Amino acid sequence: MLESAEIIRQEYLRHDKKFPHVWCPGCGNGIVMGALLRAVHSLGLSKNEVVLVSGIGCAGRMSTYVDFNTMHTTHGRALTFSTGIKLAKPELTVLTVMGDGDATAIGGNHFIHAARRNLNLTAIIVNNSTYGMTGGQYSPTTPFGSKSTTSVYGHVEHAFSIAELAATAGASFVARSTVYHASHLEKMIKQAIVKRGFSVMEVISNCHVQHGRRNKLGGAVEMITGFKERSVTVDKATKMSPEELEGKITIGVLADIEKPISTEEYQRVIAEAKQHAEKIAKEKEKNGVKRYEE
Amino acid sequence: MESSENQKKVLLQGNEAIVEGALAAGCRFFAGYPITPASEISEILSVKLPELGGTFIQMEDEIASMGAIIGASLAGVKSMTATSGPGFSLIQENLGYGCITEVPCVIVNVMRGGPSTGLPTSPSQGDVQMARWGTHGDHPIIVLAVSSVSDCFSVTVKAFNLSEKYRIPVIILSDEVVAHTRESVTLPTTEQIRVFDRVKPDVPPEWYKPYADNNRGVPDMAALGDGYRHHVTGLIHDDRGYPTQDAQEIEKFLGRIHGKISKGFQDIMVIKTHLMEDAEIFVIAYGSVARSALRAVRDARELGIKAGLVQLVTLFPFPRKNVDIYLRQCRAVIIPEMNMGQMSREVSRINQADCRIVKHNKINGQLITPDEILKHLTTV
Repeated sequence: MLESAEIIRQEYLRHDKKFPHVWCPGCGNGIVMGALLRAVHSLGLSKNEVVLVSGIGCAGRMSTYVDFNTMHTTHGRALTFSTGIKLAKPELTVLTVMGDGDATAIGGNHFIHAARRNLNLTAIIVNNSTYGMTGGQYSPTTPFGSKSTTSVYGHVEHAFSIAELAATAGASFVARSTVYHASHLEKMIKQAIVKRGFSVMEVISNCHVQHGRRNKLGGAVEMITGFKERSVTVDKATKMSPEELEGKITIGVLADIEKPISTEEYQRVIAEAKQHAEKIAKEKEKNGVKRYEE
Repeated sequence: MESSENQKKVLLQGNEAIVEGALAAGCRFFAGYPITPASEISEILSVKLPELGGTFIQMEDEIASMGAIIGASLAGVKSMTATSGPGFSLIQENLGYGCITEVPCVIVNVMRGGPSTGLPTSPSQGDVQMARWGTHGDHPIIVLAVSSVSDCFSVTVKAFNLSEKYRIPVIILSDEVVAHTRESVTLPTTEQIRVFDRVKPDVPPEWYKPYADNNRGVPDMAALGDGYRHHVTGLIHDDRGYPTQDAQEIEKFLGRIHGKISKGFQDIMVIKTHLMEDAEIFVIAYGSVARSALRAVRDARELGIKAGLVQLVTLFPFPRKNVDIYLRQCRAVIIPEMNMGQMSREVSRINQADCRIVKHNKINGQLITPDEILKHLTTV
């Protein structure tokens, strides 16, 4: 771990201007970034062929710090840019990092359609149950009854489960981990990148500054060890009743299916269209008829 | 342009000619969302792009379409989207991102009556000021207008060239009438079309500064995956693309992205003049209205009135120097528009002469006829 930490610092972080970063002490974003970089490193991907696209928010700042081709886009829209990049240059490995509000509130439509469309993309969603950067307003994953700066009397709405949403929308691969389980997280991110098709990696993270403090969940240490205590593996979860699963975090691979990848299917479309165009051109030559000709 | 053996005389509608122009200019990526009266552009490109090895995708909305074309352009592929009023509202968010990150791309807005769902199948020019100022914050932009099917081809080529040359999103304003009018046009051959491609860096990657100034004010642009790893952000950034809060760096950056358009003004600016040499009264028009205006001017000449027409192809940056000459030359100008006076506002703004400005505005979804314009030419 120490050795790899040094490799990551030297190889994968940008060393000019943008440090210190914007994240609060104890923030889970650093753990996610570390796991992501170790995953990329162990997969042996070239930095030139990796594109890291991010949205807006604390997690969205990750793209600024890492030495890949990076894009810090608009709020909620990261996946739309990733879609354009992947279709234009399918050989690139495109990773998209978003927060929970970013991916499932303002970007909810893009998120479910990316899952339905099934391009060969990887989405990493850092879910800290709040809008941290703007001061701790409630997000689509803020638990019912929780306090936030926009729900001081307790939240009256219900939370999304991001992983289940992704699986239902048709993602090829869905996994969940937490910032406590750093090596598990790395392993899951690796699987998500390797998986062909749209993969979603939900990472349960802590915002002790905005969410934890208002809900008496303790500091970073208490929140992160809380994730350890509340986590159950997928195998274990299948043997538990819904009552027993209440408040638990199911970690591991939640969906892993095979279905046609639209990036690859489109190559078939190109081949067919080219063939068709050639045929028409030959016929035109033969008959002397030109398209649109008067 | 001299017609030659190789040139194709074809019957096209405006939307089809935009497709032909885009493909001729090298467009190989299109993302869009169905909307009247722009849908033909999507439909035809969904067939033609893959034939050329390009990509068509129908996104979940226009916000996504705009994001996708910016992504594709950053990956090195010339890209376009096409929409109409309601979709044009949605693209504004990522359009601003395209402006600040200086990503070449083309946005076609086939204008229909508004506001809101408005008049989906009727022409309008109601989005002119929105094309200039639609996305938030002071930003540079280029807006071009088309008035005929042949314009649809040539202006689209011009739009791609300008966007590549100045690294900026370029908006083409068409309208429902131009989009759906079928005309016989002679398309230039491939050899006759000048295509400009973005300048790529030739320095070693470690020297590359993606947003550094140069004599054109337009930095060289590396494609994602070309080995020039850099950061692209919608935050105000320094030469290397990293976010900055430094007042000097902010001024330098914003000064450059506005300045590059001022520097290229003469190149960007296109107007067409008809019978202006001795004109005493003239019409300023653009889009389909320019055609009614030309007819009205010719009719006025037959009545002995020294009338002329200035047709705006470049709407923004507003061609003030070129229009100013005629404001000084003539005693009056008629400005017919299918809106409440969105361009006459620009003309009033620059009018330093004694030229009388007469607005003619029509927003009922009907075309402005030559007779309506002629009436002003004979009575003003």
